[in-house]
Amino acid sequence: MWKTILRRILIMIPEIIILSILVFLLAKAMPGDPFTGSINPKADPAQIHHLMKINGLYDPWYQQYWNWVVHLFHGNLGNSYQYQEPVTRLISGRAVNTLWLALFTTVLTYCFALPMGMYAAKHEGKLPDSIIRIYTYVTYCIPFFVILVIGIWIFGYVLGWFPTTGSVSSTANPGFPTIASRLYHILLPGILGALFGTVNIVQYLRSEVIDAKGSDYVRTARSKGVPEKDIYRHHIFRNSLLPIAAFAGYSITGLLNGSLFTETVFSYPGMGLLFINSISYRDYTVITALVLIYGILNLLGTLLSDIILSIVDPRIRIQ
Amino acid sequence: MESTSEFLNIKDVNTSFKIKGKYYDAISHINLEVHHDEILAIVGESGCGKSTLATTIMGLHDPAETKITGEIDFEGTNLLSLDEKGYNQFRGAKIGMIFQDPLSALNPLKRIEDQIQEVMDYHTNLTAEQKHDRVLELLKDVGIVNPKRTAHQFPHELSGGMRQRVIIAIAIACKPDLIIADEPTTALDVTIQAQILDVLRDIQKENHAGIILITHDLGVVAETADRVAVMYAGQIVELGSAEQIFNTPKHPYTRSLLRSMPQRDNENDDLYVIKGNVPSLQKMPHTGDRFAPRIPWVKSSSHETNPIMHEIESGHSVRCTCYKDFEFPDQGGQRA
Repeated sequence: MWKTILRRILIMIPEIIILSILVFLLAKAMPGDPFTGSINPKADPAQIHHLMKINGLYDPWYQQYWNWVVHLFHGNLGNSYQYQEPVTRLISGRAVNTLWLALFTTVLTYCFALPMGMYAAKHEGKLPDSIIRIYTYVTYCIPFFVILVIGIWIFGYVLGWFPTTGSVSSTANPGFPTIASRLYHILLPGILGALFGTVNIVQYLRSEVIDAKGSDYVRTARSKGVPEKDIYRHHIFRNSLLPIAAFAGYSITGLLNGSLFTETVFSYPGMGLLFINSISYRDYTVITALVLIYGILNLLGTLLSDIILSIVDPRIRIQ
Repeated sequence: MESTSEFLNIKDVNTSFKIKGKYYDAISHINLEVHHDEILAIVGESGCGKSTLATTIMGLHDPAETKITGEIDFEGTNLLSLDEKGYNQFRGAKIGMIFQDPLSALNPLKRIEDQIQEVMDYHTNLTAEQKHDRVLELLKDVGIVNPKRTAHQFPHELSGGMRQRVIIAIAIACKPDLIIADEPTTALDVTIQAQILDVLRDIQKENHAGIILITHDLGVVAETADRVAVMYAGQIVELGSAEQIFNTPKHPYTRSLLRSMPQRDNENDDLYVIKGNVPSLQKMPHTGDRFAPRIPWVKSSSHETNPIMHEIESGHSVRCTCYKDFEFPDQGGQRA
């Protein structure tokens, strides 16, 4: 199994290099510059020209890229033009928020989806199955941001149960109250995200369980006299989780990207919101850093998925 | 091999499946008994209800989709009156089943040892160590060369023949009185087939089990069976000892089947082909001889309106009276 993992990690190196070049060039190709809108609009073009020059923005792309990579290895991703603070610090501050929300959403998603998928499959074709199916279709069809806006309106505004912006109350005392406040802030976005992120898992699990129920090895288990409950536990459930395990790693790191929608609608200061803001301010350094991180996270996600699969499915381990 | 100790008595069993809201008989009015120390072969072409009979005895049908009537008396218990929990006391413990397709009948994610052990978990009080020893012993019994290694492997690491041996090991783990083998050799090549049949016979001698061997391979039947039941379209059409069936077959279907088998003395002739197909469940006739449409040259007056089994000699019975007038067309002078 270590061989499998090692090989997968080696494959990632050229992927990351290509990714970084692409990311860098794409950011460069964006129109506009970081200064025109951010200082006095009547500023002298010559002054902007000067700023561009001292920031190295007129150098050839490979030189800029090389500078960027060298700094990258020193943990220096540059300064944000918009916030005037190191990108590393800026992102790590936001990443914590996103991590909280992502973790909470993922755990909730699986808590909702696994029982729903199992239950639907167990009662295939009956009323609970139809209800769950309709539920997944509806959540799949409605755009996510519409749900978020409606959710905020009902639970945040009309009922007033949850806060509608931010990640922590500024008046909370340090220690436990802060943690409680953080949890309180991610409750609504987390629950909404989980309720509407279940569709893939539910449908995959449902069809896998239905397949497994009629499979020959389950019939073998029945002929051994294994009670139905144990058949589900030992034979059906684990075998049906394979495709879900296949994208579990991906979905965990995918959520770390920060949900653009959730964070924007809830003004939740995570990576997603930072990303949107940076794009509108042409904050190159932040954009390149974020896109690079997203890319690496996705590569890590597939790696994680492969590792999980090789643990649960003996058939794909390299001998 | 005559034995008086019958322990499985199937009385007038009907199994029907629900198709679009209506029930259709897959097997009808089956009467059979199985004795210790015997191999009863059930033969017939695809779709004639052999496997349905096997899964009916095992209770593997979904009760929501099937209706089963009659009585299956197993050592004094009517299996059909049992609930799931009661059935599980018999499945695996007193009745073992060997399945047709060894490639898919094992759980791909579990080690061989765990899969064999599972059946003991529910039916024995052995300790983990005893179970482990028993697994190795079983694997040796079914002819696996390196039991220790195989026990630790996953199904995908084994060949088809080895997997079938593992499945046999599962079926016999608790020394069942009855072993149902549903086409155990169909998916295997000929040399492995012979070995698997040897394994089955050895096990039977050791445990004095009764075996129901389901197959469409008459060669296998001739080699192994003590008694033979020939099934057609959900009914038993002829029942007798292997000698009776092979030497003096009576029913037109049995005779047609035997004639369609390649033999040394007809190797230059074309093989006999039974025209037509087994009727589908929905089109199954409810009266008359179900085989009649496939032997159209036989006068309809030779058939009974409601064919029943006639015992023509001790232990040999035939359905319908048409066998008396039956002759193959080419032997009656005209070539079909």
